[in-house]
Amino acid sequence: MTELGLQPFLALSAFLFACGVVCIASKRNAIGVLMGVELVLNAANVNLVAFARYNPAFQLEGQVFTLLVIVLAAAEAAVALAIILNFYNNHATVDVDQADELKG
Amino acid sequence: MPEFWSVYLPEPWNLVAAGVVAAAALFGYIGISTFFAIWAERKVSARIQDRLGPTRVGPFGLLQSLADGIKLISKEDVAPAGADRFLFKLAPYLAFCAAFCGFLALPFGKGLVALELNIAAFFMLAVLSSEVFGVVLAGYASANKWSLFGGVREAAQVVSYEVPRAMCVVIPVCVAGTLNLNLIGQQQTGWFWNWNLFHDPFTFVAFFIFFICATASCKRAPFDLAEAESELVAGFHTEYSGIRWSYFFLAEYGSMFAVSGLASLLFLGGWHTGLLPFEPSEVWGFWWGNLLNAAVFIGKCWLLVGVMMWMRWSLPRLRIDQVMMTCLQYFLPISCGLLVGVCLWLLLVPAGAAEVVRYALALGTAGFLLTLIVSLFRYPPMSAPRGQLPGAWDGVRTPLTIQIK
Amino acid sequence: MSLPVVLFALLATVTAVSALGVVLSRNVVRMAVWLLFTLIGVSLLYLLLGAEFVGAAQLIVYVGGTLVLLVFGVMLTAQGPLRELRTPAAQLVVGGILGAILVSLLIVVSYHIVLPNPPEQDKLPGVASLGLAFLGVTETNPPAALTGLPEGTRVARTPVAYLLPFEIVSVHLLVVLIGAAYLARAKRRVQS
Repeated sequence: MTELGLQPFLALSAFLFACGVVCIASKRNAIGVLMGVELVLNAANVNLVAFARYNPAFQLEGQVFTLLVIVLAAAEAAVALAIILNFYNNHATVDVDQADELKG
Repeated sequence: MPEFWSVYLPEPWNLVAAGVVAAAALFGYIGISTFFAIWAERKVSARIQDRLGPTRVGPFGLLQSLADGIKLISKEDVAPAGADRFLFKLAPYLAFCAAFCGFLALPFGKGLVALELNIAAFFMLAVLSSEVFGVVLAGYASANKWSLFGGVREAAQVVSYEVPRAMCVVIPVCVAGTLNLNLIGQQQTGWFWNWNLFHDPFTFVAFFIFFICATASCKRAPFDLAEAESELVAGFHTEYSGIRWSYFFLAEYGSMFAVSGLASLLFLGGWHTGLLPFEPSEVWGFWWGNLLNAAVFIGKCWLLVGVMMWMRWSLPRLRIDQVMMTCLQYFLPISCGLLVGVCLWLLLVPAGAAEVVRYALALGTAGFLLTLIVSLFRYPPMSAPRGQLPGAWDGVRTPLTIQIK
Repeated sequence: MSLPVVLFALLATVTAVSALGVVLSRNVVRMAVWLLFTLIGVSLLYLLLGAEFVGAAQLIVYVGGTLVLLVFGVMLTAQGPLRELRTPAAQLVVGGILGAILVSLLIVVSYHIVLPNPPEQDKLPGVASLGLAFLGVTETNPPAALTGLPEGTRVARTPVAYLLPFEIVSVHLLVVLIGAAYLARAKRRVQS
């Protein structure tokens, strides 16, 4: 593992992050946007654990933060899904382009 | 395991060889267990229902599973017209892979484990929880309303029952002080009163709660509304036929054996007989000792699977609201209470009193089981002289007795 | 081409292809399946990096919890036309350019990071050290039997305890549970 270095993991994490951002920016299905958010959070977690492995000062902290992020991401997904289901019940659609009632 | 191969192969290849051998052994174990479990299920259900079961194919019908397998392989591979073909084909493999990977961290003997993990118990729970995807995707991809209902209901049930199941796993982990299943097994060496089951009353109850929650999360009766035969045809695997259906069966029996293995390791002493005061693999050599260990462990797994089969054919099926209520209103508070109880027991109860309770529980249970087994042989089987009916019907006037006279 | 490099190449390919699958699929159920493979790939990456507990937690929480929740949401809302919502091509182009700029920027920055020498051994502190950190214990050096590390390894760490974040996250989860249950309670559906 030492010969692999940190950079490949950071590159993979950057790719996942970019995929997540493109998902958030371009999906019309609200649940698709939520999947993009999960990708972004996972990319950040990969970053944290890679630094935990390759920087001796962060061996424990990297994992601690990753666990906290995993838990918080689960909580945020639950609330986001509750909101999406509420929206679906009120508008009969999950298309984010139709969520324009507050448009000025 | 890799050390064994490193004598013959250079550095990365010994890991690969050890992995391949372990995976093949586990696959063989799951396959053979399912082969015999299907036969055993049919025989057990038959005898409980006062009939014979398979008798024609091979001695005692033992080759029935082989005949079934040949029939299934030769069936046409159909998929419904509106089904999502990729997901339809993927779902059985997902379910089977989850059940198979659960065995990776399960030790069959001292050191006889595919992958020795420091977090083995947690890893097993985590991997077995991924099986729900195979079911949900199967239900969705069948383009069949009833399959979708079955799949979504089943996902809700499995995911809900994982919570009290995980709590009941934490209880012997608290007692043992480690998540490493190898170490938990080694701590139960010796006589049967060393087993975690008898450690304190909370762990004793936790075993039964774990077993019921594990039965529910394997979607076995009485919690099998996912494949409720009289209601949803076959639930999420209605549209599956042939070899794809048998993958679901492999997955179901695989996960049954996995949770039975986990229960026997965490609570029932794992690979120890409970009657030998030493560890066999240390006294009789690694391979011979572990042969005995593996045999005992597989025997205990089969015992628990047999209890699951017994429950299936004795108890009526629960409704979905009863299932969810049982989980959320009964098992969850009970398992939380047991966890608090075990922690308080470990902290507050003095060692002497704990030992007394342990011996009392162990010897009491052993005495109860012995009395039960002896009482089965005491009374002669029901019989009566000609013209009379045996047992409770003795002396009752019925059309049958009137006619014989 | 040692084994860790080959394993990383394999896992990184699987994870990256699955993430690309999430972006490029139009059917929301297929997106969920690609996301499943991405999350499993990330969990295997954690196991490769030596963070065993985090890998298993990823499987049990993300795959077995969050993704099941997402799939439930998909099953409840993906009826008919809502299963495949097409994005206009212009928005896809803008999104793609944004993603390409972002990934190149991040990769360029990552190659300029200078680190102290990484530790030789592959195992990170295990469950026991994490548990002690979350319980607020800072000054102990747990024995090797608990940490899972080789005998005599010092766990270099900043002496910070994580009891407060742990408790905050626990209360946060309780609040979210109640809030989500209230938000998603069964109400009358609008007649469309």
